Amino acid sequence: MAEVMKIEILRYRPETDKEPVWQTFDVPFTREMSLLEALAYIKDELDPTLSYRWSCRMAICGSCGMMVNGIPKLGCKTFLRDYPKGMKVEALANFPIERDLVVDMSDFIEKLESVKPYIINDNPKSLDDGCHTQSPKDMAQYKQFSMCINCGLCYAACPQYGLDKSFTGPAALAILHRYNQDNRDAGKAERMKIVNAEEGAWGCTFVGYCSQVCPKDVDPAAAIQLGKVDSAKDYVIAMFKPGE
Amino acid sequence: MTKRKPYERKMGATWWLKNAFHTKYIIREGSSLVIAIYSMVLLFGLFRLSQGTDAFNGWLGAMSQPAWLAFHLLTLVWTLYHSITWFSLAPKAANLWLGQKRVPDSWIVNSMYGALAGISVVGLVLVLI
Ligand code: SF4
Ligand code: FES
Repeated sequence: MAEVMKIEILRYRPETDKEPVWQTFDVPFTREMSLLEALAYIKDELDPTLSYRWSCRMAICGSCGMMVNGIPKLGCKTFLRDYPKGMKVEALANFPIERDLVVDMSDFIEKLESVKPYIINDNPKSLDDGCHTQSPKDMAQYKQFSMCINCGLCYAACPQYGLDKSFTGPAALAILHRYNQDNRDAGKAERMKIVNAEEGAWGCTFVGYCSQVCPKDVDPAAAIQLGKVDSAKDYVIAMFKPGE
Repeated sequence: MTKRKPYERKMGATWWLKNAFHTKYIIREGSSLVIAIYSMVLLFGLFRLSQGTDAFNGWLGAMSQPAWLAFHLLTLVWTLYHSITWFSLAPKAANLWLGQKRVPDSWIVNSMYGALAGISVVGLVLVLI
């Protein structure tokens, strides 16, 4: 037998609403029902105008980020059974609301692109030289940071980003660190300019909430602190190499 | 014509009260306020010391007032809270390896507590001899 749960959703329809308004829906649910399935039920059975984003339904595409009782969550990785007191669902914080639960993420995407998230190497090894070798230690330097699914939950968790949108932010800095740490990459010098900038690693005050909410255990806060260590080293080295 | 009208939510001055994690963060960082005052008071004590015994004793006397004792107790507790939270975060800023094995987080945290204990003992010894 399905129980019924009240789900409150912050609606925003740009053509009619001046500002977002709360709307409550009664959703019958079973133990295994995720919030994303509940939203699908609402859209199919109660109100077809509800807008939200999703694709994979398995915490890998990063589309379904939203605030659940004020905490950034993936809709597909959040289960109704864990919220006996009900749910208040809202679009991801720190991003402009486009419509209902859909946010405009373009600022985040621009930041991701700005960190050159690809291997840079002007002199790649030729095939004759054989394959790249990476020890478990070499790989451990970046693997965790490569697990990011670009969901943006860490940006919704970050008050520094909320207060100042020029901050490069957790995921972009984590991905930057991921490429800097990869021993196949030779682009560190280019990326360090981004880390060293005011909006780079030093814009972080180590709140640490990004790592707490990350659904893939990327630990962006760790990447940023290690970025600060790199940046400090960079600064000291630059003092001894004037003119460069 | 575009129908887009993105809505920006404002954070407001009380943003840090809306989430327990953010509240704890502000409490952690708030310790810097009392530490700043504490440092000023201590510097003032040094300044009085440079002016001679009477001046310094006057400062010492003032510091024994219940209000100042309470302030020092508050500073101690708040600073310890900051230290504990900081120690638990410290491994994130360290990427230490022994050969092909990463140094466990607990070693880093424990060595910070060890250093705190060691420095405190040295401080106590210096004060008491
Ligand atoms: S670091 Fe984590 S929370 Fe941030 S975008 Fe990547 S997967 Fe999402
Ligand atoms: S639907 Fe893909 S992460 Fe949730």
